[in-house]
Amino acid sequence: MVTNITSFGRSGLSDWLMQRVSAVILAVYTVFIVAYLLLNPNLDYYAWSGLFDQTWMRIFSLLAFVSIAAHAWIGLWTVTTDYLKSTRLRVGAQTLIILAIFVYLVWGIQILWGA
Amino acid sequence: MSNLQVSVYRYNPETDSAPYMQEFQVDTKGRDLMVLDVLHLMKEQDSGLAFRRSCREGVCGSDGMNMNGKNGLACITPLSDVVKGNKLTLRPLPGLPVIRDMVVDMGLFYKQYERIQPYLQNDEPAPAIERLQSPEERDKLDGLYECILCACCSTSCPSFWWNPDKFVGPAGLLQSYRFLADTRDTATRERLTSLEDPFSVFRCRGIMNCVAVCPKGLNPTRAIGKIREMLLADAT
Repeated sequence: MVTNITSFGRSGLSDWLMQRVSAVILAVYTVFIVAYLLLNPNLDYYAWSGLFDQTWMRIFSLLAFVSIAAHAWIGLWTVTTDYLKSTRLRVGAQTLIILAIFVYLVWGIQILWGA
Repeated sequence: MSNLQVSVYRYNPETDSAPYMQEFQVDTKGRDLMVLDVLHLMKEQDSGLAFRRSCREGVCGSDGMNMNGKNGLACITPLSDVVKGNKLTLRPLPGLPVIRDMVVDMGLFYKQYERIQPYLQNDEPAPAIERLQSPEERDKLDGLYECILCACCSTSCPSFWWNPDKFVGPAGLLQSYRFLADTRDTATRERLTSLEDPFSVFRCRGIMNCVAVCPKGLNPTRAIGKIREMLLADAT
């Protein structure tokens, strides 16, 4: 039995499913944002701010932030376990990555609800 | 010019401090030989050259090697398939420890094969004659049982290069699915449980190198997809 303690869901199956679901959410969010920008060529601060004032947009954005956090954790965890063979270096990199993801997530929530 | 320029990987750990490439000029007499024939012609020039071979017809899987950058069986690979610009470069299967020249230590590869328990397990009482399958049930094993364990696929897989101790590899997973798909096997749940960690199956990133090199034309990536489907169905 292969064990692991720093992967996102502690299970390859749940990580794999999470990676795919978060990828779909991120794709939908990206298409939405790009389409919004293309359809509003003369976008000003008030329109942009108005978009993010709406609850559904905040939920959608938070969903995308959580998705990118999970997606990045799973993906970068895989990269570190592939290429960093020194345990000290690997655990250090994984800790840094997870901390950075946490900071960005909280920062993102603050931006969404702070303004 | 009928002289083929062959560059071959040489390493004898007892006498060489590092591996090196040795150049050979091989007279093919204009024939489209198999790579294994060329190796034998080179062995006539230098009897110290070590490589594995046995059946010389793509059945035993002994002479898997890297020919001009692509893994395959030397005995069933014609020169016309691999030679570019009259040059042929032969290296041992990548990622495994070299014992000597083209001979690699397959220990890790076999260990992963052993891990998936490549034998039928059935806890029901044995019937008087044999365990029967319908033709449809038997059809599910086609494309799975034909594997000859030559290791061409697993040693072309970067996931296996980086984690050969944890990732089962395409060859082992193809065999794993061969028993998961077998209606006579009753250890399905136990087999799936041993595969749900982040390495054993899920280190596969689907780049399909295994499919590209398999000398028997098998598709380990599809088998891995099927294992994932079974794991998902069992756990949700």
